[in-house]
Amino acid sequence: MKRYRTHLLLCTGTACVSNNAFNIKKSLEIEIKKHNLENEVLIVPTGCNGFCERGPILVVQPDGIFYQQLKESDIPYLVEEHFLKGRPVKKLMYTPSKGEEVIPKMMDIEFFKHQILIALRNRGRIDPEEIEEYIANDGYQSMGKALFEMTPEEIINEVKISGLRGRGGAGFPTGRKWELCRASKGDVKYIICNADEGDPGAYMDRSILEADPHSVIEGMVIGAKAIGAHKGFVYVRDEYPLALKRISIAVEKAKDYGLLGEDILGSGFDFDLKIVRGGGAFVCGEETALMQSIEGKVGRPTPRPPYPAQKGLWGKPTNINNVETWANIPVIIARGGDWFSRIGTETSKGTKVFSLVGKVNNTGLVEVPMGITLREIIYNIGGGIPNGKKFKAVQTGGPSGGCIPEELIDLPVDYEQLTKAGAIMGSGGLIVMDEDTCMVDVAKYFVSFLEDESCGKCVPCRSGIRRMREILTRITQGKGKEGDIELLEELAETIKKASLCGLGQTAPNPVLSTIRYFRDEYEAHIKKKRCPALVCKDLIIYRIIPEKCTGCRRCVQVCPTGAITGPKAQPHNLDASKCIKCGACYEVCRFDAIAGDAIYME
Amino acid sequence: MVNITIDGRKISVSEDLTILEAARENGIQIPTLCYNEALKPYGACRICLVELVSENGSKLVPSCTFPVSEGIVVRTDSEEVIKTRKMVLELLLADCPGSKVIKELAEEYGVKKSRFEEEDNNCILCGLCVRACDEIVGARAIHFVDRGYKMEVKPPFLTATVNCIKCGTCTTVCPTGAIKLDELSGISVMHQWSDKFSERRCNVCGSFHFSPGF
Repeated sequence: MKRYRTHLLLCTGTACVSNNAFNIKKSLEIEIKKHNLENEVLIVPTGCNGFCERGPILVVQPDGIFYQQLKESDIPYLVEEHFLKGRPVKKLMYTPSKGEEVIPKMMDIEFFKHQILIALRNRGRIDPEEIEEYIANDGYQSMGKALFEMTPEEIINEVKISGLRGRGGAGFPTGRKWELCRASKGDVKYIICNADEGDPGAYMDRSILEADPHSVIEGMVIGAKAIGAHKGFVYVRDEYPLALKRISIAVEKAKDYGLLGEDILGSGFDFDLKIVRGGGAFVCGEETALMQSIEGKVGRPTPRPPYPAQKGLWGKPTNINNVETWANIPVIIARGGDWFSRIGTETSKGTKVFSLVGKVNNTGLVEVPMGITLREIIYNIGGGIPNGKKFKAVQTGGPSGGCIPEELIDLPVDYEQLTKAGAIMGSGGLIVMDEDTCMVDVAKYFVSFLEDESCGKCVPCRSGIRRMREILTRITQGKGKEGDIELLEELAETIKKASLCGLGQTAPNPVLSTIRYFRDEYEAHIKKKRCPALVCKDLIIYRIIPEKCTGCRRCVQVCPTGAITGPKAQPHNLDASKCIKCGACYEVCRFDAIAGDAIYME
Repeated sequence: MVNITIDGRKISVSEDLTILEAARENGIQIPTLCYNEALKPYGACRICLVELVSENGSKLVPSCTFPVSEGIVVRTDSEEVIKTRKMVLELLLADCPGSKVIKELAEEYGVKKSRFEEEDNNCILCGLCVRACDEIVGARAIHFVDRGYKMEVKPPFLTATVNCIKCGTCTTVCPTGAIKLDELSGISVMHQWSDKFSERRCNVCGSFHFSPGF
């Protein structure tokens, strides 16, 4: 094998690719060739590093130097300075915020320092399109162990000991799920990998498929042996072209190497894996709808029982796990369930990948041990709230999760604690909100999303969510009525209990949790017709404070409707009849002449 | 045979029944809208929800799809069941204010007026017509189109179709009278989604069929 002096690990996850990572790769190749470094420096395109906000990212090994926000024009200088002359380029390194010291090494950066990587173990380290790189990092070793040294019962037992629970949202114990499917009668059984990730702002499954597709395949082969299945499906949503491409390449390569297909590694065990592309309905992430979709039918949930473990795909016993769950399996088999169960809390073991987004300084994907507090995630890893604003709430678990307020920021993150707080683990979305967020508006946003994504089959979900959205809309318009909060609560209770599938059963969470923790905001909207966060357009009026206005005309220039007029150096006028309340003037004013107290409520 | 308890009554029923079938067999009434004995259960209207009592906390399950098993305890008229059924009826009443069946059922549960904005629609999307057309007639002339609150029952490509054999089954099974038959020329009737084609005499059997021609 050829040896190189330096490895350049260039992030080619979706976020970095959309920031020009592929062109940067080309420039790197050209420049390296120019300086005759081809035999010393190797470029490795890797999966997502998680620190998407700072992309495109380049990690230089073995020193672990972290370059960020690269541009094509930086490359000639970078190659000459660092890789030819050996002088790392400071100006391309990471600084937490203005005026602070540069942090050259990846593992010294707060965002990476606190993470424990299990599901994302190979992120940013290997080329996902090269099977050799996965194998070189102990890949497929667990599969070999499971196929040659373990009985199905032993595999299931190991997974049970690990305490691993489904990472797709509901948190059902994985070992127990496998055991149920194994115990089901039938010669033909199926296993499925659910990669139909649809929560707004969540992309951990995509990232795993892009960064380390073989870990999912390996996990599935182990699961197949445990359950007694010989056919598996990976259901990937078609909106993930890069993930689809990489998992397809991975399946092909694994077949070429005899790691999938008939008589795997000569063990006598057959397992075939097929990739199915999802058509893009959020509800297809629900297991029964997903199976309908694989069968070629419209993706609508069906009642359970019968559960998939009894009668699933084409009526055969079927086991469905999420991408992240499958990716955890090889590590559990390699290091033992005991090792895994030492991480986390009493009821929730191991790590969880969260996508940290919203009003937080360091947005991106983080893998942290269960039981970590929300404060640690948001402040230590996330670097706190931008622009000195105050933290208000964090929405966990995607659109059907709940909003957790500041009082509960020290809550340890595990399945039970989140449920107790009125939220859910879900797939692991964390949307951070600051003081400028209106909680009624947030509830309306998530409910509208679910209204559009409801399959329409059962009455409580189809009609109930729609009615909730109607009530929330009228509250944000200042037309809320006395008793609306109680009606919302009553309706939410019914939707939760009476809906057919998980989508409806969890849909009221954003409404119930915001009422629970921010009832005063609802009341302000209904009784005083006031939006305390100054978000709901129908409840705010912009005006100019003449004493503060310097007449700089910045607002005049940005106003799209010409509502603001006035000569230079004199206080401007704002014509309320022309104002569309876009807030552009508020954003640009440097003298607080339209900010703060300038907005008042009727 | 399995032993189950419904509303305090201990009964013994065949194990391949659903809760609804077991209840009806024993004279216990559970209201339904999307259920029809001739069709596979669908579980969409949620009117037939009953409470499955268990030590770890009770839950509501649709009786039309939930199979009986040894020892289960079911309540069809608990406070929880009635409360939920009332809210579902209130939702349906707002969606389909013109439907007599919904109105009567709602009134039976004391729901006179819905607190939600009324819409002008009679279809409750119970799917009986779609399923009858598929499972019994085999014509598959109609299906659900779109999703969520935009969902509708329509023929393929939203246009009149030759697949519709104008048998009238959908009209018969529709609980709310949302599917109309339009009278044409005295003998032939036509659905809103049927293509224009006429009654023809079969050369083999001699009887009349609606068809574009044999």
